[in-house]
Amino acid sequence: MIKAEAIERASNEIMAKAAIDIPDDYKSGIKSMINIEKGDLSAFVLEAMLENWEVATADRRPMCGDTGVPRYYVKTGNEARIEGGFVELEHRIRRATATATHNIPLRPNRVHPLTRQDNNNNVGMNAPEIEYSFEPDADWIDITTVHKGGLFGTDYRMLFPGDGIDGIKRFFLDVLLAFGKRGLACQPAIVGVGLGGSKDTCMMLGKQAACLRTVGSHHPQAEVAKLEDELKQLGNKTGLGAMGFNGSSTVVDCNIEVGYTHTGGMPISVHCFCLSSRRATARLHSDGSIEYRTDPEWFTPYMRRNTVGRDGNSVLAGAAE
Amino acid sequence: MGERAKKLKTVRLQTPVTPEALAELEIGSVAFLDGMLYTAREGIYEKILTTGETPPVDFTKLTNVNFHCAPAASQNEDGSYNIGAVTATASFRFAKYLDRWFSETGTRVIIGKGGMSQAHYNELYVPHGAVYLTTVGYGTGALLGRGIVGVEAVNWLDELGIAQAMWILKLKNFGPLLVESDIHGNSLFERNNKEVNERVEGLYEGLKPPALARYGETRNKTDELI
Repeated sequence: MIKAEAIERASNEIMAKAAIDIPDDYKSGIKSMINIEKGDLSAFVLEAMLENWEVATADRRPMCGDTGVPRYYVKTGNEARIEGGFVELEHRIRRATATATHNIPLRPNRVHPLTRQDNNNNVGMNAPEIEYSFEPDADWIDITTVHKGGLFGTDYRMLFPGDGIDGIKRFFLDVLLAFGKRGLACQPAIVGVGLGGSKDTCMMLGKQAACLRTVGSHHPQAEVAKLEDELKQLGNKTGLGAMGFNGSSTVVDCNIEVGYTHTGGMPISVHCFCLSSRRATARLHSDGSIEYRTDPEWFTPYMRRNTVGRDGNSVLAGAAE
Repeated sequence: MGERAKKLKTVRLQTPVTPEALAELEIGSVAFLDGMLYTAREGIYEKILTTGETPPVDFTKLTNVNFHCAPAASQNEDGSYNIGAVTATASFRFAKYLDRWFSETGTRVIIGKGGMSQAHYNELYVPHGAVYLTTVGYGTGALLGRGIVGVEAVNWLDELGIAQAMWILKLKNFGPLLVESDIHGNSLFERNNKEVNERVEGLYEGLKPPALARYGETRNKTDELI
């Protein structure tokens, strides 16, 4: 049984870790970009970010003043049992959000969209979002928090099969140019691409690809992985560096997630996760122990639903393991 | 600061920033501030300029630096404040307020994110002798947080909330910032955008346009979107 108290404690902890400590995979990606960055202003910005992350960790201070809109991704082992059930889990996560907002402190970013009412705690109607997924043969739960900025760097478009790879590349460039100038996308970013699904799942897959996969990861299907590399290279040829200054630092990595879609369409979404790629995960075991990490490990084979059945024996044609 | 910063000129400014100091600023220089600034964004601009409420402070006696910022901060039980990190929000959305704001408050330095368009510099900034300093990153919230050494006052906290309230902050070596525009309206972002725009056509070469176009879309990638 996973205790409700442990859920609240772990949620508070990942809120702080996400806001303060830059994940190693992202930091390594930025360091390797500085080495090849020819633009002095762009390189200066990246060096300042490295210094900023050191100060954030040393001071236990958020790395960015815009601490994003906190949200959660909960992956539950099929055998996990939670004290008080999922209603208690949500209650604890919401309470931890309010507590952590005050204690760290985070910027209370969540307001009512019309009245602009601010509860000063990042909790409100339908906020924070909590998304769920499942994992077979496990009795733990993973709680991941992501604090993504919300204003720039994301767009959606319905493309058609005839638009092909050209259409994908065009739209990818469109988004990077629209938001990369003046650095509104806060690049270099992990750029997530959602391809397929319906409009809502397309947006969801792209956002999860940006926020829940690490720098250096690849999609298991070879065609998709190849496109990830192509888009990364293309994105770094726009001439835009950090803050939109001349340079080559726009895409730290490109992660694509795919969902089967309508035969007549090819919807696409592009999402830029910023220079403060805030994510942290806690795994809560049934024996009470808690492990923390920065890789959410969200896209497991089961998560991608590669198979018809639950056992992986009936792999779909063309789907990777 | 790192190796590449050594290639850039660095200046230290005391607030209120004098007209002489403003005139000497060169785009692309790194700047650090000592003294005082206040935060104001749409909540404050609406309250003072649109609703017509009396400003809670005499800006001419306080500082001439306006930070487009909502801090990551909280209020302690004893009434004191805990400032964690601060970074800027994108400034282009506030252009419509700035002419009157410069006139009525004497503000001459805007600190923000992303700068303004060339038209805004020409029409709003140059006539008032104002300049724009951009935060770096974005954003170096922890570094800037270290540069805030005290909270002088917080105005309209209950009404506007932590993010939109007017924070009056004491600074010591607050930075790094980059000089984005000078008093003549020269702009670092505009200069960079021009160079990027020259390469845009080549970037799209050979990529056919999508089957279905969209309303309201500019096909010209060199157009200014802000």
